[in-house]
Amino acid sequence: MTDDIILEARGLTKEFKGFVAVKEVNLQVRRGTIHALIGPNGAGKSTVFNLLTKFLTPTRGQILYKGKDITRAKPADIALMGLVRSFQISAVFPHLSVLENVRVALQRPLGTSFHFWKSESTLHELHQRALELIEDVNLTPWAYHLAAELPYGRKRALEIATTLALDPEVMLLDEPLAGMGHEDIEGTAALIKRVAASRTVLMVEHNLSVVAHLSDTITVLRRGEILAEGPYDVVSRNAQVMEAYMGTGGGAGHA
Amino acid sequence: MTAASQTTNQAAPKTATVALRGPDAGTARTALLFAVGLAVAGAAPFALYPVFVMKVLCFALFACAFNLLIGFAGLLSFGHAAFFGGAAYVTAHSVKVWGLPPEAGLLLGVLAGAFLGLIFGVIAIRRQGIYFAMITLALSQMVFFMALQMKFTGGEDGIQGVPRGVLFGIFDLTQPLTMYYAVLAIFVVGFALIWRTVHSPFGQVLKAIRENEPRAISLGYRTDRYKLVAFVLSASLAGLAGGTKALVFQLASLTDVQWQMSGEVVLMTLLGGMGTLFGPVVGAGLVVTLESYLAATSLPVPVVIGAIFVVCVLLFRRGIVGEILARLPGAR
Ligand SMILES: Nc1ncnc2c1ncn2[C@@H]1O[C@H](COP(=O)(O)OP(=O)(O)OP(=O)(O)O)[C@@H](O)[C@H]1O
Ligand SMILES: [Mg+2]
Repeated sequence: MTDDIILEARGLTKEFKGFVAVKEVNLQVRRGTIHALIGPNGAGKSTVFNLLTKFLTPTRGQILYKGKDITRAKPADIALMGLVRSFQISAVFPHLSVLENVRVALQRPLGTSFHFWKSESTLHELHQRALELIEDVNLTPWAYHLAAELPYGRKRALEIATTLALDPEVMLLDEPLAGMGHEDIEGTAALIKRVAASRTVLMVEHNLSVVAHLSDTITVLRRGEILAEGPYDVVSRNAQVMEAYMGTGGGAGHA
Repeated sequence: MTAASQTTNQAAPKTATVALRGPDAGTARTALLFAVGLAVAGAAPFALYPVFVMKVLCFALFACAFNLLIGFAGLLSFGHAAFFGGAAYVTAHSVKVWGLPPEAGLLLGVLAGAFLGLIFGVIAIRRQGIYFAMITLALSQMVFFMALQMKFTGGEDGIQGVPRGVLFGIFDLTQPLTMYYAVLAIFVVGFALIWRTVHSPFGQVLKAIRENEPRAISLGYRTDRYKLVAFVLSASLAGLAGGTKALVFQLASLTDVQWQMSGEVVLMTLLGGMGTLFGPVVGAGLVVTLESYLAATSLPVPVVIGAIFVVCVLLFRRGIVGEILARLPGAR
């Protein structure tokens, strides 16, 4: 059974100058599932993401990825191991084109990323793959535009395409649907579902109807602590959760 | 999914010209500008004082090297005088005292720049923003004091009377025009290398780091290493500029390693437009021209340059070339 756990946190704790943002979190993400992390604003969801991807160092606790202790690993190395994240605040490369944004993620395996004497045209072989990924998130008409020119929701889509370019084993998506218009939410949710067929997804999301629809497991976080965990119908019937989260008008749609 | 893609297509960009802009647009314009610039530079010594144009070229290369760092890696170094001046001393010394030919002297100058750049980089690269600038400044001040104390630099006098020698055993650099075209060739090589770096797989990663470092990290790039390579490249090219300057003026002095020199290159780059290829060249041309005009008057040079700088920064934030590019249709 433990073979099934691809990512695990044990007693994860993060203090910011005495303020405990994340407290004794034990999290087990099963391989091949979509796992959602929900909770009110300031619950510590993004902090957990930062800890798991090594952008923050935990005060206490341990992180295991495929059974290996990665608590002291560097964030770039985590990515190379197949654990790739997106950011809550849209993280694109604004003054690169949409195509270049995705290509940056694709170019590392070529092994020429330090080659300052080579022509950029040696990267053109990646364009086909990049354009496929761009097509997947419906950004084809924008392929040659600067990322800065995209509306916010499209930037999120670009971010997903860039993350997917690395073909990660585990994708950590911090509010992938935030800022998207209605018309894109459905498509993006479907895309997440589709790409999750061959990988594991851990996501933070406020859109509960999407969470309900997509996730196999939901972990509810409140004030840095886990409040409840399980499939949607179990979690949604938990009295504490209803009080802490659902009760605050989160029942459907955007939070 | 189909419903979503339909709405997407409807919301497609309005301006077809923008949509058609391919990834290689702008390269043709760069090539054209470069050809024009080269033609002008080729004819310049017949219209202008060659030493003046050579000075412009040396500083233009220096500013381009600096721009590689701030414009394409997002790193503000305030210690580039150390590489420029350090290389000037090494080139001057090796040519004058060791009797090396100019190409060997320049090579040693470049290596000196690279070596100093490596040391500076290893120490400073993990720092962000103003801390990075401060550490590079502090380190360059150390180089300055070393230049002041060490014997081979000649202290206050500097190294004077540096022989220009014969380049590759063929080109007699004591001939003003030969010297001029050698400097032009050096500039072109340096500029081409910068252009190539910017438009290389490495350059792409560098731009990604400049644009959003955490994101670049999350994509698996160990950003410190890329920044370090960029820093060493920039320092080497600054060294090439410094070494060339030592041959042109047959002099290496404390002026070259002083912090004012670091400030001057920041000014040239910002004035011309950082992150643009030609901006630093324009900026260097402007500052050197102004300085030589002002030197003939009784006006206080630093004050006037400073005032012009302030006005320019207030009026056009992107620098001269940056503003022009921003106003061109379809430019980026
Ligand atoms: N670098 C930091 N320094 C100090 N406090 C921090 C830092 N980062 C986060 N916090 C605090 O930790 C708590 C949890 O923040 P976090 O961003 O993880 O919440 P979240 O669950 O992602 O919230 P949201 O839904 O608003 O994104 C907040 O109270 C926040 O103010
Ligand atoms: Mg958050």
